[in-house]
Amino acid sequence: MKELMSGNAAIARGAYEAGVKVGVGYPGTPSTETLEIFSKYPDIYAQWSPNEKVALEVGIGASVGGSKVLVTMKHVGVNVAADPLFTLSYTGVNGGLVLLSADDPSMHSSQNEQDNRYYALMAKIPCLEPSDSQEAKDMVASALELSEQFDTPVMLRTTTRVNHSQTMVETTDRQELANKEYIKNPKKYVMTPANARGRRVHVEERLQKLQQYSENSILNKIHWDDTKIGVITSGISYHYVREVLPQASVLKLGMTNPLPAKLIQDFASKVSTLIVVEELDPFLETQIKAMGLAVHGKDMLPNIGELNPRIVAQSFKDNNIEVNEKYHNNEVNLPDADAPTIPPRPPVLCAGCPHRAAFHVLRELNLTVTGDIGCYTLGSLPPLTSMDTCVCMGASVGMAHGMALANPANKDRTVAVIGDSTFLHSGVTGLMDIVYNGGSATVLILDNRTTAMTGHQEHPATGKTLMGEPANEVDLEGLVKSLGVKRVQVVDPIDITKFEQIVKEETAAQEPSVIIARRPCALLNKEPQQPVTLDVNMCMGCRLCLNLGCPAISEKDGVVTLNAIHCNGCELCISVCSQGAIMKGGQNNA
Amino acid sequence: MLKPFDVMLVGVGGQGTLLATKVLSKAAQKKGYDIKVSEIKGMAQRGGSVVSQLRLAEEVNSPLITETGADVILSFEKLEALRWLSYLKPEGTVIINNQEIAPVPVLIGVAEYPGGILEYIKRKVHNSEVIDALDMAVECGNPRTANVVLLGVLAKHMPIERETWEQALEEVVPNKFLEVNQKAFAAGYNL
Repeated sequence: MKELMSGNAAIARGAYEAGVKVGVGYPGTPSTETLEIFSKYPDIYAQWSPNEKVALEVGIGASVGGSKVLVTMKHVGVNVAADPLFTLSYTGVNGGLVLLSADDPSMHSSQNEQDNRYYALMAKIPCLEPSDSQEAKDMVASALELSEQFDTPVMLRTTTRVNHSQTMVETTDRQELANKEYIKNPKKYVMTPANARGRRVHVEERLQKLQQYSENSILNKIHWDDTKIGVITSGISYHYVREVLPQASVLKLGMTNPLPAKLIQDFASKVSTLIVVEELDPFLETQIKAMGLAVHGKDMLPNIGELNPRIVAQSFKDNNIEVNEKYHNNEVNLPDADAPTIPPRPPVLCAGCPHRAAFHVLRELNLTVTGDIGCYTLGSLPPLTSMDTCVCMGASVGMAHGMALANPANKDRTVAVIGDSTFLHSGVTGLMDIVYNGGSATVLILDNRTTAMTGHQEHPATGKTLMGEPANEVDLEGLVKSLGVKRVQVVDPIDITKFEQIVKEETAAQEPSVIIARRPCALLNKEPQQPVTLDVNMCMGCRLCLNLGCPAISEKDGVVTLNAIHCNGCELCISVCSQGAIMKGGQNNA
Repeated sequence: MLKPFDVMLVGVGGQGTLLATKVLSKAAQKKGYDIKVSEIKGMAQRGGSVVSQLRLAEEVNSPLITETGADVILSFEKLEALRWLSYLKPEGTVIINNQEIAPVPVLIGVAEYPGGILEYIKRKVHNSEVIDALDMAVECGNPRTANVVLLGVLAKHMPIERETWEQALEEVVPNKFLEVNQKAFAAGYNL
């Protein structure tokens, strides 16, 4: 049967069909839906782990135990999981293990752009790159086969356009396979130096065998046509090339580590001009150059951001290469100079979002905020503009400590802000560090009871698992106390008077402190809340409510309006109104 | 030979572009098209600008439409029509829902919601249509069906028959909302 599927749905389907029994990961755009969709299939087990390192370790265990395994994460998640990954390369697997690395060129929803194919190169493991959903599904099965045949983990490297684009997929039934038997084998699984030295040799021998395999693998395909131009490409770029240069010969690499050197040399020898078209870094190009071949690549194409057919066409045209007629005249005439100015539409904290209250208070107190990764990173944008840093998951906590080390005077003016899911991901160790090393930073945990940014995933403190089973709820107060934090206060941030008082107390305290700002994400509550009412006659236009940046409050021609459909009834605007013009419930004016 | 057709649905998170995209993809599949859909929806619930791109042909390569590539742009909001106008083919059609949703910079008074958008587009684009989809949806019985009203308008511009659209709608929309959505689709289609 053929179905329209996103790349993520196709990977989940591929894992199901290929007999994967265990799926594990941590949410992160653009990978998240993969595991969510996988978790809905019968006869499988799926779980969110607190972070990607744990997820991969669980995956390794499941593989050693004999099951086929899918581990999912976004590109920066692989940084977190890199430690087990590099040694997993040595131990190899028992049941096949596929690691999905979902890269995000152009940073649609990420803090950096990184080309994770380098991980495969560095860890000396195979890397497969699908270009659409059908390939994404098929390559899960190929990856599992390779994994078991060559005793190696396999990276399935996707990019946002492959994860989130929907294309047609032919589905089949699940292969029901028995688990492999676990046989004790310390030489393979106990990576002490003596054993690791043995496995180190295995890694090199394996790489050579994989290279042989890739020479003849159907994962790499040649589309022969005119030999004036020969393009080597992989992933989504393949489709851009086919669209823009329909007449060119194309070597499409589905397996991008290790590279099929002979196949590439053979292809190169038959074309007049060789060009590599790849997104982000010159990963293929550098290696092809090292083969002694003359090749174009990043001298023609950008190494920043996503490619698209237009960019590819422009690069070719600039180099006098004939492109598809459709791309001959690409001039954009509209909107022209006569057009009205277009204001940006940045993402915004939802109406009723508890983070808005927290950042409103932090802004009023003019504190330096070391921030973290989540919806609340939007607190850095106007009008709240109350976040000073955002680096990676968990960084807020360590950075607040570091700020105070640089200058003790920073301590009373600094607060670390981190979400509940992010705190459990990698904030706990940072807090342990503060207590251990005698710091006195204040950590504000914005506990909205979910992993909101990626679409409301469960985590160890929500009381529910990915598969919908009830679970233990991590007691955040108890957890931070056990690390040695003596000052712990819990508060609903919507009560801004109380919240402000607590923030003042804790930043002034000369010891580590934790404030848990607890209020569920506004989108978790499906019950409609009573919208607030604005008495326009009492409004004097002070704009304090507008300065909250709530999507339910707007102003036109000097008149403030509350939008009843958008208002979530959080009543934060009631607290900030200088005239008492906004009231609970009742009919409102929009 | 099925006529290749590239269409973009643009709007603001929460306006129902994702459901409209689903119905459209379903209709295209029923018609026998190869289809590729590209959505950037990470920010869909956060009030950001959202866009779905649908490419229909016998065989589709790139899932992305680029500037001057769209046969039709269906915009759920006025400002978004202007924002994505560069993606319209010179001879393409833009369908605009006559609704304003102020972005945050406008809400907080650091930018203005521009006036004259419709006038500008009418002046510059040969094929444009302005629809009061929200009013029509209210008339149909549910303001949330404005997206399906717009889909009905779009349907007339596409090489897919009405019955095919109606079957797609039936398959995608949950039963308890089907009737009002059918009404909304017809309202748009019969306009």
